[in-house]
Amino acid sequence: MATSMTARSNQPARTKRPKPQLSYGKQILYQALLLLIAFVVMFPILWVVSLSLDPRNISRPTELNLIPPGASLTAYEKVLQQPTSNPVTFGQLALNSTKLGVGVALFSVAIGVSAAYVFSRFEIRGRRFLMLAVLTVLMLPSIGTIAPLFVMLNKIQIGATPADSLRNSLLGVGFSIISGALPFSIWNLKGYLDTIPRDLEEAARVDGATLNQTFLRIILPLAVPALAVTFFLGFLTGWTEFALSWQFLTRPSDFTLTMSLWNMTGQYASTTPWSQFSAMSLLVAAPVAIVYLALQKYIIGGLTLGSVK
Amino acid sequence: MASITSDRQAPPSGLRRWLNRTATTRTAWLYLLPAFLVMGIITFYPLFYEVWMSTTDYNIKNLRYDSPAPNRADQSDACTTNLKGECTWGLLENYHQIFTGDLPVAVANFSFWNVLAFDLVWTFTNVPVHVIIGVLIAVLLNVKGLWFKRFYRAIYILPMVLPSLVIAVVWKNMFDSQYGAINQLLSSVSHLFGGTPVTLRWLDQVDQPISFLPLTLSYFALLITNIWLGWPFMTIVATGALQSIPGDLYEAASIDGASSRQQFTSITVPLLQPAMIPAAVYGIVATFNLFNLIYLLSGGGPLRKTEILVTTAYRLVNEQRLYGTAAAFSVIIFFVLLGLTLLTNRLTKATERYDA
Repeated sequence: MATSMTARSNQPARTKRPKPQLSYGKQILYQALLLLIAFVVMFPILWVVSLSLDPRNISRPTELNLIPPGASLTAYEKVLQQPTSNPVTFGQLALNSTKLGVGVALFSVAIGVSAAYVFSRFEIRGRRFLMLAVLTVLMLPSIGTIAPLFVMLNKIQIGATPADSLRNSLLGVGFSIISGALPFSIWNLKGYLDTIPRDLEEAARVDGATLNQTFLRIILPLAVPALAVTFFLGFLTGWTEFALSWQFLTRPSDFTLTMSLWNMTGQYASTTPWSQFSAMSLLVAAPVAIVYLALQKYIIGGLTLGSVK
Repeated sequence: MASITSDRQAPPSGLRRWLNRTATTRTAWLYLLPAFLVMGIITFYPLFYEVWMSTTDYNIKNLRYDSPAPNRADQSDACTTNLKGECTWGLLENYHQIFTGDLPVAVANFSFWNVLAFDLVWTFTNVPVHVIIGVLIAVLLNVKGLWFKRFYRAIYILPMVLPSLVIAVVWKNMFDSQYGAINQLLSSVSHLFGGTPVTLRWLDQVDQPISFLPLTLSYFALLITNIWLGWPFMTIVATGALQSIPGDLYEAASIDGASSRQQFTSITVPLLQPAMIPAAVYGIVATFNLFNLIYLLSGGGPLRKTEILVTTAYRLVNEQRLYGTAAAFSVIIFFVLLGLTLLTNRLTKATERYDA
């Protein structure tokens, strides 16, 4: 079969070992199939992009247009000024989402990595029990603890009026997210630390390095990619968090990007033109999607690390 | 450095020797301390609190910091009337109410069993499709001599990198019956064949599109979206596994006269299994708890027919404000998940043994 293929193709004959080649018929068939899949994948994305460029400020699109007539960025300008009827700018919303993202990421990586190191290396008494506890929490969906977190945080007053409870603040939402993000970050980092060979640590110990020195000077520098990925995944969790903030927060100055995006969708948004909704969707998605693409290799390596074992 | 520390002093005392011996262990505990201190307060304590809450009638009356504690079974004056006006408050009252659908606040179309059944149907119709499509596309992309592989790989990863929340709201608008892209696309296809415009009410039609299946059109809308969302992960896992299959196997098989279909079923499929089964297990748990997509796209509608366990628990907090009931519901979710995990683990183990 391979010979017939090479005979039919127009490859120069001087290559010694001809690569196995597809017949043109199959190549065209496969290309058509792959293009169809690419179209299905790109369809919603192209739809949002083209809607967001629509300058007419009409409430709803009436037909499919790849490039709307007179494409412009007016929808983006509108959204950047004030996306919803709530008196908050896009900047404030983005700042709140960033606070949640950075807070969750920093906190869960900073205190997660030392615990992950112990889980990965030391046979201390009770290790298995503690690891099981972390795993059990990981199994629970984050919505599963929303009731106790809500009522507990609601009883902690941080201001003069009854509305000023920890529940009604970004800090409270942040803690609630960390409640699930920290166990995840410990587990994710442990999986990565398990793959770092122990020879270096043993050599360091023979040279008389203490555990602190080994951890700070050997493990942490080697774990930088894993720390970066776990930091990003924590940031992603905070940036895209919706259920907790939607339930907890009532002051528009605390609102996040995801809450506003939901405010611009469906029943809440009969007055929001879809061009603005689309611009908002892309503005929420783009920053994390770009970083995800850049870190893709490391993230997917980490995700499959745990599962393929 | 080691020699300096070892001969610095006279023979150490017993306490010092013990301290030296346990130094590493103590440091290890110190390393665990911050994480477990924080988790103790914001992760484990709320879980225990949740179990306690699930035995009370915790509701909006008990919410303020100066409000009275909720009623419990062991209090003599604790008497909550249920919908029928009977005085019942046992330790497991919330659980009883959830299983019978007799909630303290009447909720239309509330049925735990329907939700559980739908959640299982939802999960076990999604994951096999993700795995099959994922593997087929991975195999297609792995064909030798195929053009533009890198281009396709770059595009196919996009559903994975976009936040699921954004995807859910975008598809919600795409499924709009009047202005949505899906109906407009279907209309233009139907127009080509001289048909009429398509005006499917994807998200709120109550009638079942297939009469013998108790699934609404919104279920199919969710399924389409989640397939779009879910297959790239399976393709990535399968691609990794495919690239680790030695090419000699296929060479040997083709020398022995195996057709490409035989090669697929007796080399590719069995060698993909060790990678795909854990990925499928991960997919099962993730799909079972897929809050964002269902809450934001169909909203569990119409008539709660596409509600899953986690969206129901969220509504008990967010809409009904029955915190005690929500706590009990979450405890039930925990046990359902435990059962699901044990079941999938058993399946994984069984297939492992079969392979060996």
